[in-house]
Amino acid sequence: MSETATVATAPPVAVRPPRQSTAAWPLADRVGYWLCWTTGIALCLIAVAIVVFMLVKGVAYLRPALFVEHPAASLQQSQSGGFLDPIEGTLIITAIGTLIAAPAGVALAVWISEYGRPTALARAVESAIDVIAGVPSVVLAIFGLLVFSEGFLGFLSQNAANGAVYGRSFFAAGIVMALLALPLIVGSTREALAQVPDRVREASYALGKSRASTIRWVLLPSIRPDIASGIALGMGRIIGDTAIITILLGVTLTTQGVGSTPLLGTLRGTGSTLTSYVYNNSPAGEGNAPQKAYAAAFVLLMLVLALNALVTRLTAGRRSDRASIGGRLRAIGGSLPWTR
Amino acid sequence: MARRTGRREDQRAERTLGALAVGLLALIGVMVVIVFVNAWPSFRSNGLSWFGPGGNVDTQLRAMQESTPLPGHSIEYFRGWPLLWGTLLTTVLAVVLALIVSTLAAIFLTEFAPERVRRALEPVIRLLAGVPSVVYGLIGILALAPLINQHLISNARKQSVAYVVQLNGADLTTATLILAVMITPIMVALIAGALGSVPEPWREGSVALGVNRWRTIVRVSLRTARPAIVAATVLATARALGEAIMLSMVSGGRGFAANPLDGLTFLFEPVRPLAATIVQQSDGLTIAPLAHTIYAMAAVLLVSAALLSLAGWAAKQPLRRYGIRA
Repeated sequence: MSETATVATAPPVAVRPPRQSTAAWPLADRVGYWLCWTTGIALCLIAVAIVVFMLVKGVAYLRPALFVEHPAASLQQSQSGGFLDPIEGTLIITAIGTLIAAPAGVALAVWISEYGRPTALARAVESAIDVIAGVPSVVLAIFGLLVFSEGFLGFLSQNAANGAVYGRSFFAAGIVMALLALPLIVGSTREALAQVPDRVREASYALGKSRASTIRWVLLPSIRPDIASGIALGMGRIIGDTAIITILLGVTLTTQGVGSTPLLGTLRGTGSTLTSYVYNNSPAGEGNAPQKAYAAAFVLLMLVLALNALVTRLTAGRRSDRASIGGRLRAIGGSLPWTR
Repeated sequence: MARRTGRREDQRAERTLGALAVGLLALIGVMVVIVFVNAWPSFRSNGLSWFGPGGNVDTQLRAMQESTPLPGHSIEYFRGWPLLWGTLLTTVLAVVLALIVSTLAAIFLTEFAPERVRRALEPVIRLLAGVPSVVYGLIGILALAPLINQHLISNARKQSVAYVVQLNGADLTTATLILAVMITPIMVALIAGALGSVPEPWREGSVALGVNRWRTIVRVSLRTARPAIVAATVLATARALGEAIMLSMVSGGRGFAANPLDGLTFLFEPVRPLAATIVQQSDGLTIAPLAHTIYAMAAVLLVSAALLSLAGWAAKQPLRRYGIRA
């Protein structure tokens, strides 16, 4: 039944030559052919192994109580609490990072694609975004620590007794995370803007609209799904990054607010996220509670996979070149967090 | 009237957005300058020997942390070769491994895989690319490292080097294998994308001359897509170079320069690359000499990343000539 449904809606597939027997090929060519099959299947097996392994471990150690208990320092794994605070932390960091990166990324992409004058400046900004995308996140993190330890930014974290600024807080980590998500949002917005045909812009100008209102009322609404997929990719990067968290959020397991102001106090304080929780509870960290690490890693993996599925849905069948094999594979490339 | 306000609005929008762009540029400039200014004291007191071998890195870092200079040396004394060598080893080995695997997988994906298998492979690639590095690290340290420790490293081998280094499975092999799995999906996606956009007539021409499909792929498709393969390799190298968390979890806690002269044992010796060292030493950023050394490591990574993105840009230029977007 589903067979007929897929046939009815299948996109036109590029015609490939019919399969020929490889029996007549020279031996070396046949070896190459079989090597291709082996690696393809091996990749599938690796992915399946990772998912099954995490699933088995995750299900074995995951209990509902873990989601509502605060973490506690204890040598016994049964008493070290759950990961309520890390989940909160992940949500806070993702929210701060996205709230900064989304408007900034869209604005930058619009400037580069639609204005981009002087040209030299536009090229420079493009390469600056490339540099951000290529710089290891540890380097961004220790740069951030230096910046947020400056006295005049003390209101974003906390002051030590001797007046020094601590420089580690949700604000600090979230702002640096925004840098991590920025290239992805700029990339997908620019690519989408480039695909809007010029006649759309011309039609808007002909109606007497200014450039700015064309962008606001015509271009941006038409590329909304692409912006959304860029944002989702950026969120995936933010959720998955550990280096920035361990360096800029501190490694306190629970959320430690500063002062008595409810929301602001929390944001100025330190805490943990799912990634830093996994890192801390792995044999490499201080906690060393593998069961907790597996459970948290499983939750993390599910979050990332859900975002991944969202991106797939958002980008599915959007662009015209999706029909060809090359176009579809390029589309995968465009939707991976690391290919920009 | 309406037209004039429109134009003014336009100018305002352009200026606001332009200011944002200039701000970003300034931020990057500040970052590069700050990192280099903070790194300078370490480079100045060590000179070019910073990059050379000499002594135990961990001892040198600990001396800075405890503010007690090593006898006969200044407090900034640092010889980074073991860390650089570790970075080089893990990156090059993982990239070479991933290049072979991903080229074969990309050919499979574009040429041989039946439609149904291809539909299954696409989400697999997304999945492998989406797994956070801390999860890869966890799998490495809790599953792969014990496996290698139990089955691949014999006791005799452990004893043969016991006086220098302890072999426990958190080693070069584990680090390289996991790193290769992490960068393979990026390379498969980029290479497959380029292979898929090789103009069909070019391949048809080859097939029409009686060349079989495998030869056509190697002689026509792969050759046309070569710049894209180089670009994908460069991108993957940048990713491998900057990977910190996974490597700090699986590559053993010691800044040891694995020695190729040890034969097969070499593969089981621990390594610790630059980025992983930064993560592990980040608590010491409040101690001046240690901070200078850490920023010096960051500066090395920054320069390498910038050079790599330049190389990637240069590698993609020939593709433009064919009108291939990659």
